Amino acid sequence: MSTHKSVRLTVKRQNAPSAESYWESFDIPWKPHANIISCLQDIQCRPVTAEGKEVNPVAWDCNCLEEVCGSCTMVINGKVRQACTALIDQLELPIYLEPMSKFPTQRDLQVDRSRIFENLKKVKAWVPIDGTHDQGEGPVISDQTRAQRYVLSECMSCGCCLEACPQFSLDNKFMGAATFSQVRLFNLHPTGAMHTEERLEAVMGEGGITDCGNAQVCVEVCPKNIPLTESIADIGRQTTLQAIKNIFQK
Amino acid sequence: MPQRRKKIIIIGGGLAGLSAAMKLCERNADVVIVSFQNLKRSHSVCAQGGINAAVDAKNEGDTPEKHFYDTIKGGDFLAHQPLVRDMCHQAPAIIHLLDRIGVAFNRTEEGRLAFRRFGGTLYSRTAFAGATTGQQLVYSLDEQVRRYEHDGMVERLEWHEYLSAIIDEEGICRGAVLQDLRTNKIFSVKGDAVILATGGPGQVYVRSTNSVVNTGAAATTAYLQGAKYGNGEFIQIHPTAIPGQDKLRLMSESARGEGGRVWVPRKAGDNRDPMKIPESERYYFLEENYPLYGNLVPRDVASREIYEVVYSKSMGIGGEPMVYLDLTHKSEEYLQDRLGGILDIYRKFTGVDPKKVPMRIFPAVHYSMGGLWTDYQRDSAGFIDHGSPRNQSTSIPGLYAAGEADYQYHGANRLGANSLLSCIYTGLMMSRAVINFSDNLKKSYTDVSSTVFDQAESQWVSRFKEIKQMNGSENPYKLHKELGDAMMAGALIVRDNKTLEKTIASIKDIEVRFKDVKCVDTSNWANPVPSFINQLSCMIELSKIIAKGALLRDEFRGAHFKPEFDLNQPKNFDPYEYIDYLERKENREELSNYPEGHLEYMQKFEENNKKWLKSTIAEYKNNEPEISYEDIDTSILTPRPRKYD
Repeated sequence: MSTHKSVRLTVKRQNAPSAESYWESFDIPWKPHANIISCLQDIQCRPVTAEGKEVNPVAWDCNCLEEVCGSCTMVINGKVRQACTALIDQLELPIYLEPMSKFPTQRDLQVDRSRIFENLKKVKAWVPIDGTHDQGEGPVISDQTRAQRYVLSECMSCGCCLEACPQFSLDNKFMGAATFSQVRLFNLHPTGAMHTEERLEAVMGEGGITDCGNAQVCVEVCPKNIPLTESIADIGRQTTLQAIKNIFQK
Repeated sequence: MPQRRKKIIIIGGGLAGLSAAMKLCERNADVVIVSFQNLKRSHSVCAQGGINAAVDAKNEGDTPEKHFYDTIKGGDFLAHQPLVRDMCHQAPAIIHLLDRIGVAFNRTEEGRLAFRRFGGTLYSRTAFAGATTGQQLVYSLDEQVRRYEHDGMVERLEWHEYLSAIIDEEGICRGAVLQDLRTNKIFSVKGDAVILATGGPGQVYVRSTNSVVNTGAAATTAYLQGAKYGNGEFIQIHPTAIPGQDKLRLMSESARGEGGRVWVPRKAGDNRDPMKIPESERYYFLEENYPLYGNLVPRDVASREIYEVVYSKSMGIGGEPMVYLDLTHKSEEYLQDRLGGILDIYRKFTGVDPKKVPMRIFPAVHYSMGGLWTDYQRDSAGFIDHGSPRNQSTSIPGLYAAGEADYQYHGANRLGANSLLSCIYTGLMMSRAVINFSDNLKKSYTDVSSTVFDQAESQWVSRFKEIKQMNGSENPYKLHKELGDAMMAGALIVRDNKTLEKTIASIKDIEVRFKDVKCVDTSNWANPVPSFINQLSCMIELSKIIAKGALLRDEFRGAHFKPEFDLNQPKNFDPYEYIDYLERKENREELSNYPEGHLEYMQKFEENNKKWLKSTIAEYKNNEPEISYEDIDTSILTPRPRKYD
């Protein structure tokens, strides 16, 4: 039986946004089906380091614990992913946990991802409707278009693609794959398409689609297998056409 | 003089909170929406299978009235009928609205909405977006709210926690005390009304299908401030979940809606590979015991059957408390399209592909039918008066509740795919109530003395100071786990009074030990520990409501199963016999010619309803929930015995 086994977690910690970071290790008893979340919960129950020092429990974000909310994204053994689906038995020991590096650290493994949501506002990632009163059925949409939209719409704004992207950094304005993919999602909807131009204009300026270096790592780290590089290529085409249109119309 | 714009404070960014925000903005109110995290991460994203509306897209003869009947019957007649009827009649318009705002609902060949079957009904009534319907609905509503935010009508207070309502000397709610979860600063916000759309209390049981934020603390604080709490003991146990250390992950009812079959080997202890067990040696117990509804019986029924098979008959897989949920007879392409999201979850957490091997599942705490008591107004014709400020109001004027946090739509057991509907319905319908309430007020919050707000704020500042000074020997997270164990032991699928008394004693013990908690982090930046300790104290209070309500309710209704008080419906009983019995009684006709035992059963059923067909109301008195009972509006459908076979 492997009940005596323990799991070592080495965590990069930081007490506040401007504080220095430091590392601490914790030994946690092995349990069947354990994941990073259950190990962090074990630290909450016994916040003592491997050296026997009593410390503050590790702070991290999480909510649904089944990879649909996008909250618990962190860097685990050098790879950005959700902590809930990171099963201990599938990880190399010791396990290293770090906060994402492309967003400002708040505390320990918590970061501030507001930039993602600000970008959604910039590109008007919504379907403009006249009102919520009953106006009857929505537009007819083929199931193929629905399937295409559904895949894009599974984006949890988790930040994995942005963390992995060499173009996206703490101090630039690059919007990144997640945002471009949302532009594509809304341009695919019959009502959403009425604002296609505004959305395209929003990704044609600074930090927009032309800044993409085509490294293609975004698509590799996406936990939802969203075809991000396809989205980038598609929005690239759409903006090129828009630019040509602009020459003749403006 | 131009009227001042209303300012409404919404706590919670799930489906109920987002719907309310969207509708209130449309009614020209300014909205402050408060959430622990980014709204996109609210627990509603965990809803999987779909949302009900009797659109009758498959020409099966479905109607909103049938949806209403199924919902009332599914809830064992404990829900308020005029409200449920209104919800079911609004449902098709709600689905069309959701479709218009861009929800990626699955479609038919013609490009219209596709519907599938769900539990507790014989109709295809459930619209769905793959198997992540809740997530898709949250995103689309969040996008609409973002649109209003872009126009300056919404202030998002993400990374904020609601601590309590601010109640003035007249007993009216005038705002809320909040804590910034990053700076840990406590402050008050003023508003015309406060809406609690804070979801359910699954964390009281620790391991459930609920998310981490679902502590029920906001609703409990309202109860501690004098609001009534209704039907607390009615906790839904979902029949199919995936066991885990940190969480029991949901396996959607849509797996059965799409043809999934529940079974165990006929021979206890048969350890063969499930794919090698021939059809004749499999016990499809739901299909055998309920030929009409089969695998799609309501959740309370399915959970009890699994419990029976696993514990009473010891037929669980490999002797463990688990049964198979089998989809392997369906094509992989079909499964990926219809159920991909949840099958991926299963595969990621177990390492087994459910398209090739039957899933191993077990029931888990899932949903609270109970919640904050809320009011409503019916007009003389029995319909809901949508303009009434009473709709969705708690017993504290100005404090409203919506979604899972309220109590009156699902009775004693919720039907699958009705929760998304009730969240969105309540969120939308309450907007007029909230606006009219503030229009009718003699005095607005701007005229309320600032000491009311200062006092509320400083109370919480000192409360958190006290928490930080707690330096005992109990770890709060460990104590929470013990609370969960106590609740799991006594207030789950099968309940009996002796065990419930033990659970209540365990809660008391935990309450005493709570005083000896150590605040394991006393820092001043993004410190989650003092918040958690406060939430834990709320969870202790809430567990008392659940356990005491369960102890006192000596009957078997919906999710509240006490075998000792089971009226033992005769096998060949037809619910219409009971309607006949009532008519004959009213006409003073002779009560004879019923099959043997039926008359006695019907008399017992009628007696039991007289006593127990009532909402449980808990009020906070002397540090205890004081329990009383309130009548329910059953003016439309005559309560009758449930039957699904």
